[in-house]
Amino acid sequence: MTPAMSYQLTVGDTSLILAQRLGEWIGHAPALEEDLALANIALDLLGQARYLLSHAAQLQGSGSEDDLAFLRDPQDFLNLSLVEQPNGDFGQTIVRQFLVDAWQLELFERLQQSSEPKLAELAAKAIKETRYHFRFSSGWVVRLGDGTEESHRRVQTALDALWRFTHEMFVASPAEQEAAALGIAPDPASLAADWSRRIDEVLKEATLKRPADVAYAWHGKRGQHSEHLSRLLAEMQFMQRTYPGAQW
Amino acid sequence: MTQQRNQWPLYEVFIRARSGLEHKHVGSIHAADASMAIEHARDVYTRRQEGVSIWVVRSADIVASDPADADALFEPAKDKIYRHPTFYEIPDEVKNL
Repeated sequence: MTPAMSYQLTVGDTSLILAQRLGEWIGHAPALEEDLALANIALDLLGQARYLLSHAAQLQGSGSEDDLAFLRDPQDFLNLSLVEQPNGDFGQTIVRQFLVDAWQLELFERLQQSSEPKLAELAAKAIKETRYHFRFSSGWVVRLGDGTEESHRRVQTALDALWRFTHEMFVASPAEQEAAALGIAPDPASLAADWSRRIDEVLKEATLKRPADVAYAWHGKRGQHSEHLSRLLAEMQFMQRTYPGAQW
Repeated sequence: MTQQRNQWPLYEVFIRARSGLEHKHVGSIHAADASMAIEHARDVYTRRQEGVSIWVVRSADIVASDPADADALFEPAKDKIYRHPTFYEIPDEVKNL
């Protein structure tokens, strides 16, 4: 696998898995309007994933976006560990979204200068979507954080639970190191300060406490995943695995 | 309009389909406040490129005519067809009227 390909899987798988997670809310969100909002965001993310996975398949020289999405095993997925974490309550879904949106904002901002035209093109389109996603998720973080006692407690609990997965965003995997050296992608560490500032601004308004950084042992970007990803993939890949090449 | 305590207030949504056209009423959504109403309107009513601009207004702030007054308000116009411009002949040179 070339650095360009595995880097595109890192970004593409992150969007794909988060889209699948958000899709689990369809029909279950607290209000019809939120149901649609989450589905809209999921579709944006799925679009990003399709773009990147089909290009990755081209680079691979065989297979298709569908093969990459539906026939890979968990250890071949390179998404951030954060996005495979379960939805939890609405607050936890929102916090996860907020942390990822802020990261994608910084990433797509920089990826527009990528030496890989496909990535630059995707980033230019995706940044507009991501600005809206961040507006949505940060708006909810403030509402819930600065809301009732219960909503504050729930969203702070979610933040405390998910914070440990954020560190992975800024530590380069081997694929990211190579991609950065080739000018394909920014050095992940270079996103940290701006991400942090963005997060702090919202947390302050939401009257939430930024959790302390903790030791980190999550390596989704290297294909080391929690059991949550296996279960997610079992559902996502079921159809294609059971009826390979099925058409309707 | 009475407000149920367990529901967000209702907002009416108006969408401008293209620049130069007027905003048209498209439906309503629930939202906690005005900015959430805009986001909900965007998510519910502009998914298929229906618009370039959104207005929302609290349904409770709309003053409506009473359907019971319809006779008094609208009947008198019925027998005044001369108010329609159809009695005028339009010159061929005039386009797009």
